[in-house]
Amino acid sequence: MLLNQFLLLAAVLFCIGVYGVLVRRNGMLVLMSIEIILNAVNINLVAFGALTDNVGGEVFALFAIAVAAAEVGIGLAIVLLMYRNRRSIDLSEADLLKG
Amino acid sequence: MLAQVDFVPVATPTVVWAGLVPLMVLGGGAVLLVMFRSVVKRLPTDYESWVTTALGPVTVVAAYVLGGVAGQDLPLSGVRSNVGDGWFYLGFLVVLAVSALLVWSLDIGLDTAFTVGVAVTTLSATWMLWGDRVMVDGAFNSIGEQLGVDGFSIVFTGIMAVAVGLTALLLDDYIEREGVGGVEMYVLLMLSAAGGVVMASANDLIVLFLGIETLSIAAYVLAAMHSKRLESLEAGLKYFVLGAFSSAFLLYGIAFVYGATGSTNLIAIRTFLDANTLTDDGMLLAGFGLMLVGLGFKVAAVPFHAWTPDVYQGAPTPVVAYMASAVKAAGFAALVRVFVVTFGAYRLDWQPAVYVLAILTLVTGSVLAVVQRDAKRMLAYSSISHAGFILVGVQAATSRGTAAVVFYALAYTFLVIGSFGVLTAVSGQGDRATTLEDLDGLADRRPALALAFTIFLLAQAGVPLTTGFVAKLEVIGAAVEAHSYWLALIAMLTATVSAFLYLRIVLAMYVGKSSEEALAAPRARIPTAVILVIGIAFVVTVGFGIIPDPIDQLARDAVPQLVASG
Repeated sequence: MLLNQFLLLAAVLFCIGVYGVLVRRNGMLVLMSIEIILNAVNINLVAFGALTDNVGGEVFALFAIAVAAAEVGIGLAIVLLMYRNRRSIDLSEADLLKG
Repeated sequence: MLAQVDFVPVATPTVVWAGLVPLMVLGGGAVLLVMFRSVVKRLPTDYESWVTTALGPVTVVAAYVLGGVAGQDLPLSGVRSNVGDGWFYLGFLVVLAVSALLVWSLDIGLDTAFTVGVAVTTLSATWMLWGDRVMVDGAFNSIGEQLGVDGFSIVFTGIMAVAVGLTALLLDDYIEREGVGGVEMYVLLMLSAAGGVVMASANDLIVLFLGIETLSIAAYVLAAMHSKRLESLEAGLKYFVLGAFSSAFLLYGIAFVYGATGSTNLIAIRTFLDANTLTDDGMLLAGFGLMLVGLGFKVAAVPFHAWTPDVYQGAPTPVVAYMASAVKAAGFAALVRVFVVTFGAYRLDWQPAVYVLAILTLVTGSVLAVVQRDAKRMLAYSSISHAGFILVGVQAATSRGTAAVVFYALAYTFLVIGSFGVLTAVSGQGDRATTLEDLDGLADRRPALALAFTIFLLAQAGVPLTTGFVAKLEVIGAAVEAHSYWLALIAMLTATVSAFLYLRIVLAMYVGKSSEEALAAPRARIPTAVILVIGIAFVVTVGFGIIPDPIDQLARDAVPQLVASG
């Protein structure tokens, strides 16, 4: 069925995103990985919406895009602040807090 | 030409404005405050204090009028019924005068007074909604089938309002002392709480997701707000990365649930799950799992807790008070609404997962807390172990379990705000003095603060005659009733282990010797607003610990309901 291909694509993108967040140490790339995960979800939502023939999925995808934009705005601001303070956006250098 | 066009009426949802009053007060208050401050940077000092004092009576009037709107659905009808009664006017004038006097004696800034006013108005509206509508006519929907107003959502709205008001009072002196932030902290606080209200009353997964994001995005910024401490920025960064990551998991889970059930509406999903048994439910279960991961991050359940100690240690102390109370409470409200209420038919599938999460959270939270050296970090781990206790209540998936969750969330809100209120007062300039060494000998330097902190810590440990004890009792009782005997046993054992951590702080305060510099340092004045917060938390903790029936009744009446509007 056609749906499976969309779901597979979304799952692959999701895994790429999760891998990126867990492995990459560059703040910017982590942000981009999170965006990839959110877009994987959007593919899922639109595919399900088309399958079940109700607009809920598409509407949800639009909301998700808007929220992702807001989220990445805050994220970029925080990463920028980190760059100003440390001249680096390497997340592994953020190690002031530990028990 | 135009006359020939056929109008197809667009389906619009029925809106019950009364149910939206608390949400609109919180959100509208935030917008008003930020608009006012972007136009008027600073009033002349005299005017500023006059306006601040005037906000007391204004709050009373707003609480009265908007409470009337929430309760009666007719603007001012609550006022009209009393008009003509001379005693009514006299009483009202006295209340106005007292409120002005209260604001004046608290010596707080305009922004704080406004935020507290918004919180009080929200509380008044929730009170009227509770007493005049939900307890009389039952639960209803405020916007179509998207937002529900039931006892459960109203109590959590109240918790949000309490957290906003008390945190604003803590922030007042903090902002001045540290020279960071400003009006934006209050605005973000109110917006974040508005998101929490949406989460607690969402009847649709889209709405739930929007609520979570509103709550979280504002909280990320709040955590990073102390621009003079690199730790605060780091806390914000970690909170953001892990928070956004968990939101993505939640969203992926929502997409699967939508795919399996064909709807994002909680009412429709529950009807579908009650009526159908899926032969191939892999997609649905994957959705459950991913949503549990997403919400588990928000409430700091182990193994999704890694951010908590770092964020609590680095973020500004008043903000931590807010995060530990309101953000956690909103997360549990969403968890109960989605899992216990909506996915109730599939409880045998998700209960084991929550069971394991609860055990891991209880054990990790209490054991790791013992080895910390920073009081904020210790309280972070203790908040993880409290999350474990609340999960025990969620796991029961019964009405008693839900009541226990509500009771615990209510009790913990005051406990944790009181605890972090004390830490705000003692952390000193730079918000650093929160290690155990800094607390050594606090009882000699600050006997009253040390005593209050001791009571809060003992209550968190679950000592009788405090709300903490009753809360733990309710949760464990619900677990036993649901035949989760091992879980109840482990909860009791970890409560004993975590008592060790609280006693360690108490011991440091009473037995430890103050360091030379702590004794040499000038005795800082503790602002009246902070004393008020600690006092309120103290009275609630001890008062309702001795007489728990009112809150107990409230928690039992706070039933989450999904109402299908015909």
